[in-house]
Parts: sequence; C-alpha cells; structure tokens
Amino acid sequence: MAAGSTYTPIATQTLGSDASTVTFSSISGSYTDLILVINTRSSSTAASDTKLYVQFNGDTATNYSYTFLVGNGTSASSSRGSSQNQIYAADVSATGGSSYAGLSTVTLQIQNYSNTTTYKTMLSRVASANVFVEAVVGLWRSTAAITSIVLDLESTPQFITGSTFTLYGIAAA
Amino acid sequence: MIGAITGGTFSAPTAPVTTSYESIATVSVSTAVSSITFSSIPATFKHLQIRWIGRASSNGFDDSGLRIRMNTDTTSTYFNHFLSGTGSSAIAGSASNTGYALIGATSTVNALASSFAAGVVDILDYANTNKNKTIRHLDGFDFNGSGQIQFFSGSWPSTAAINALTLTSASTQFEQYSQFALYGIKG
Repeated sequence: MAAGSTYTPIATQTLGSDASTVTFSSISGSYTDLILVINTRSSSTAASDTKLYVQFNGDTATNYSYTFLVGNGTSASSSRGSSQNQIYAADVSATGGSSYAGLSTVTLQIQNYSNTTTYKTMLSRVASANVFVEAVVGLWRSTAAITSIVLDLESTPQFITGSTFTLYGIAAA
Repeated sequence: MIGAITGGTFSAPTAPVTTSYESIATVSVSTAVSSITFSSIPATFKHLQIRWIGRASSNGFDDSGLRIRMNTDTTSTYFNHFLSGTGSSAIAGSASNTGYALIGATSTVNALASSFAAGVVDILDYANTNKNKTIRHLDGFDFNGSGQIQFFSGSWPSTAAINALTLTSASTQFEQYSQFALYGIKG
C-alpha cells in the first residue's frame, strides 16, 4: 500500500552574505506539495520586526491575498490583505529588535503546487524569536503550476548572513 | 530539479536521500463524494499525517466544517478546541460531537471560484494501545476579502490503534479536485 519514501530535500541555500531576496527557480512539477523551511532574521536595525513576502512565478500583479493570526504574548489578533502584489507570509525578527540574537523559524506549506486546475493556497507557521507566534494562509489567484518562489523583505533590510532556506518536495501516492 | 538559484549558496543533495516519511495512500476527487476513507492503515509507522486541499458542496456558506472519524466509531463523543483568525479578530472555542471530531473547514462552491482550503493533520502515536488519541490540525482558506487561518485539536477517547480514518464535510460532499493524501512517519 505504501508508495515509498518522500519528503525529499530539493535545494538548500545558506547565505554567505546578506541578501535582499532569495529565489528558488525551475522547480520541478514532480511533487504534490512543497515545504519551505526558513531560519532567518532581517538586517533591520529598527526595533520592530520585518515583513517577509512571497511571490510565485514572477507574478507582480495584484493576484495575492492573505489572512493571518498572531499572538504577541499579550493578546491575539487577526487581519488580512486583499488584492496584493505578494503574500505576506511572516514577520521575522529584526537585528535591532532584541538583545536576544535569535532568528525566526518559518515553515511554508504550499499544497498541490503543480496542479493547473486550482488556485494555490499556502499555509505559513511562524515562530519569531522574542517577538510572537503567527500563522498565515495565503492565496495566489492563478491556476498555473508554481515553478519559482521569491522571498523578499519589506523595504531595504536584507536576510542576514547564515540564514538558511530549505525546499522540500512531497509526492503523494 | 532546481536551476538558477540566487541570493545564496546552493547545495544539492549529493546522494539519494532515504527519508522516514512515506506516502501511504491518496484520494483525488474526480466526481463529488460524500466521504473520504483511508482503511487498513498499517501499524508500521509512528505517526500519521494527512495533507489536503478541499472544497465542498454548498451549505449556504463559503466554508464548511471538516470532520474526522476514527475506526468507523460513530458512537463515541469526540472533542475539539480551536483558535482561529478571521481576518478581523481572533476567536477560540470548543465543541463535542458524537461520532466525529470537527477539525477545520474547507471552502465551498459558494466561495471564490477555484479556491481550495488547505490543511495538515497530524496524528501522533496512532498505533499505541495505551493512549487516547489526539489530533493536531493547521488549516486555512483565503478568498481575497474573507478567509480564516486556524489551529484545531481533536480528541478520540479510545486507546485502540487507529486503522481507519474517515473524513466528511458538514456539507454533503467534497467537490472535484479535492485531494487528501495520507503519509506515515517512521519512529
């Protein structure tokens, strides 16, 4: 009955220097789901955290939307964005934001990324060092198979040196 | 599989990777169905995971409750708790139901066209016969102006090993292109 092992590492990037974006391209359509595991912090010296955005296939049009839930240690709240140019996927820790030099862990689940019949729904689970815990659902209103993913931070901060980004593929039976 | 990568150092696996995560079975809905059942689940794994996208027939709303039943047990009282973000507020609640645990929601045919909810269900130590079983679920849907992201827990008050899982919708059916994939994780 079992169809064999899956959850296959496709590619890993470890930043040797600060980077403004991270891109995975030419993603094979041979899996069912993608999981992208991120461990990062922004170079921002501001006290606040930094927003991390996701785009698919180079689509910069307003085809994205999202809903998120966040707990900051005091209260829980929820908000959304509609008809956006990208999915807000996480708030990540900022270098200037805490004396605790921790990074944020973000796990993106991109379900059925390679089918060409449905819009794509992405789940994000975020643990930000000393800041908060968060979950996000994002929608890309396109039936195209996802072949590339671009990760970007708001404004000018960069992903810091040592950040890791690992893309896995899961194939269903 | 990966071509150009920018912004960092690319390191591809240098040898075939053997994982402890295996695909057990997948149900892809081609015509609407009232339930999804995984039966004869082997006890050879430590944990189970269901990864899914779903859209249900209409119940008058744009989302519909997702239910799970263990081992065809229709008489036990299942419990659930949830924390949900609606886009405007965070809400929490709980419920009990006979014969199923409510563990999330799918989109429906009343929602934005082509939009599907997605979720990941974890069932830990499913074959253990000394523990009642607990389910963890992260799921969400977004319709470009409405949506929810939510955590659910579900409990089944039985120490029996799980050998069958049945998923149903609070609406009548799962629609075409819904997909539910069951995976086993070795311990």
